[in-house]
Amino acid sequence: MSATGIIQTQTLEVSLGPQHPSTHGVFRMDVVLDGEYVVKLKPVMGYLHRNHEQLAEKMTWLGSMPYTDRLDYFCSMTNNWAYALAVEKMTGLKVPERAEYIRVIMAELTRLLNHSCAIGFLLSDCGAWFTPVLYALREREWILDFFETVSGARMMCNYMRFGGVRVDLDDASLAMARNIVARWPAFLDEFEKLMTENEVLLARTQRVGILSRNLAINASVSGPVARASGVEYDIRKVDKYGVYDRFDFGVPVGEAGDTFDRYMIRILEMREAVKILEQALRDIPAGPFIAPEAKLRNFKVPAGDGYGRIEAPKGELGFYLVSEGGAKPYRYHVRPPSFINLTILEDMCLGQKVADTVIILGSVDIVLGEVDR
Amino acid sequence: MDAIYQLIHDYCPTMPDWLALALAILLPIAIVMGVFLTVFALLTWVERKALGRIQNRRGPNRVGPVGLFQPIADGLKLLTKEDIVPNAADKVVHFLAPVLVVVPAFMVLAVVPVAKGFIAVDLNIGVLFALAVSTASVLALFMAGWASHNKFSLLGAMRGVAQVVSYEVPMVLAAVVVLMASGSLSSVSIVEAQRGLTGWFVCKPWGLVGFVIFQLCAMAEVARTPFDLPEAESEIVAGYHTEYSGFKFALFQMGEYVAAITMGGITVTMFLGGYLGPGCDLPKFGWLISACWFFAKLGIIVVINIWARGTWPRVRVDQLLGFAWKLLLPLSLVNIVAMAVWHFAPNKLVGWVESAVLLAVAIVALVKINAGQTFEKRSYRFTS
Repeated sequence: MSATGIIQTQTLEVSLGPQHPSTHGVFRMDVVLDGEYVVKLKPVMGYLHRNHEQLAEKMTWLGSMPYTDRLDYFCSMTNNWAYALAVEKMTGLKVPERAEYIRVIMAELTRLLNHSCAIGFLLSDCGAWFTPVLYALREREWILDFFETVSGARMMCNYMRFGGVRVDLDDASLAMARNIVARWPAFLDEFEKLMTENEVLLARTQRVGILSRNLAINASVSGPVARASGVEYDIRKVDKYGVYDRFDFGVPVGEAGDTFDRYMIRILEMREAVKILEQALRDIPAGPFIAPEAKLRNFKVPAGDGYGRIEAPKGELGFYLVSEGGAKPYRYHVRPPSFINLTILEDMCLGQKVADTVIILGSVDIVLGEVDR
Repeated sequence: MDAIYQLIHDYCPTMPDWLALALAILLPIAIVMGVFLTVFALLTWVERKALGRIQNRRGPNRVGPVGLFQPIADGLKLLTKEDIVPNAADKVVHFLAPVLVVVPAFMVLAVVPVAKGFIAVDLNIGVLFALAVSTASVLALFMAGWASHNKFSLLGAMRGVAQVVSYEVPMVLAAVVVLMASGSLSSVSIVEAQRGLTGWFVCKPWGLVGFVIFQLCAMAEVARTPFDLPEAESEIVAGYHTEYSGFKFALFQMGEYVAAITMGGITVTMFLGGYLGPGCDLPKFGWLISACWFFAKLGIIVVINIWARGTWPRVRVDQLLGFAWKLLLPLSLVNIVAMAVWHFAPNKLVGWVESAVLLAVAIVALVKINAGQTFEKRSYRFTS
């Protein structure tokens, strides 16, 4: 029944996905449409389920480190860090200062990489024919080259170890990182000049897909999505893990909580990440890059449980681990940010048009490897 | 057509009348198809190259020199692909739709004068014919959407119909000023009416506004970005041609590109002086020079289309329709009045000033009225 009440019309049930150009992977939205309006939306997940947690429980502690790369395959570095952080909390391993700085550098570079691609794909969902994505990918390539130089792999880095990192950063790679950081503000300025003031973009994103502050808190939404809705919550500030308390940076917070805010928050976060990177690359101390007492073989974790969480580019990424004192975890649980951020998709999409659902999904910034695990 | 008939008659008087007539009909068709299919193939190459450059890529560069044979490779590939027809589809309509997309696109070319004296048929209702036939493609679009028995196709078809029907109105009204100025519906007389240094209709205030409206509507009518809603890739997969593969898909692409070319051709004819340009009246090579002028102007329109496609996000369906009904339609009505003011002005300068002021006031007022949904300037706080 249509809302007019005069003309009787039928609703149309459309399955957006799992084969759809802009569901960012194998994700499905069962949408009920009244004309072009969304009256019901059900996110269907699980097409990429690969038993990640169960696999890790059958493997040594270090053995599942490469598997964490595959969670959010855009941000392998932060995935590594969250897992290492949880294990370090349980074992009490002290991470040397240089390693902490290297981790911060890697995590913030990952943030640049993830956010630039996220807004690029968001604009592509708006129908901008891949031009913004390709601008973002051009810059991302520099970071991937850097990751490859350091860790040997472009995306599946497998770089962190319990108590430090796998390889030290030499002067050449530090210079490479400095070069990336130096050129990033120019890229952001160019990107913003081209897109941010565009009337079509403003018309498409402002007041679309509003997420209220209360709902964001109640649904445990985190990351840029929550901050766009006015939730002042950044684990880098709350937990001060690693050496984040030493850097001077702000956390941008929006108010409207619409798609445009989520877009702008990501751009502002990139600008702040550049600040952190400049400080970290300036202050990085000399010293060991992995704790001397860290063991790669026969690594055992004392019985007990621990939860390590970091501010991944997409939100709060946490690992909850239970150990019985053996060489394998007894329980291994991931708190993936994109999965939890996805649960409020229907609330944001109701009453919007079908064209908006795609943009709203893009603005949540999901990676299916992490949603389905 | 008549000229060719006369020519055949003069050179072979022995040829029977029916054969001469058949030749006179077939020859222009063959020439138009040949020329514009080549232009179409080249256009796909140009578009991919230009989009590539816009996007920091090189575009196709493997097949032939600088990728020039890419269209041939694409065509061969699509020809050899399996033709999939969904089980639930209405087979006959499903088959007819892609054909019907291509036919009107080519039919319009019959009344486009590509060079001095080169027009397939100089109809005395040329513009009316062009506008009417080009709209017929919407029927094919809806047939495709309906016959595919696919929800994405249906959504795309619904959007397409709404879009074409809405944009047809301001488009025709924008064309009216040209007809008022030239006093004829024949495309050749419209071109001839634009002689002179500033004779092109685009050089007049009403002509400029009409040109912009017409160009926007033409982009919407052939569903080019930012108005490519009927086939919005990121939203409804491929819209009305989701269920088409192989050569039927190629036909849809061809119809779309040829329609873009013909619409550009009509725009050039009506506002940019068609084949007119320095040297177009030379006795011997005038036809060649005028053809060059026509295709150069067409090229500019095509490049504008490509440029818009590479740089603009897509508008939403309500914004698209609102733009047509709330802004373009009133503006084109005011434009007709401005043309009348121009026509009855005591001298040229007064006409210029009066119509320019009228249009400027109308544009400002319309933008103000439609600014109900203003864009907010957002500020963000930083917590530390």
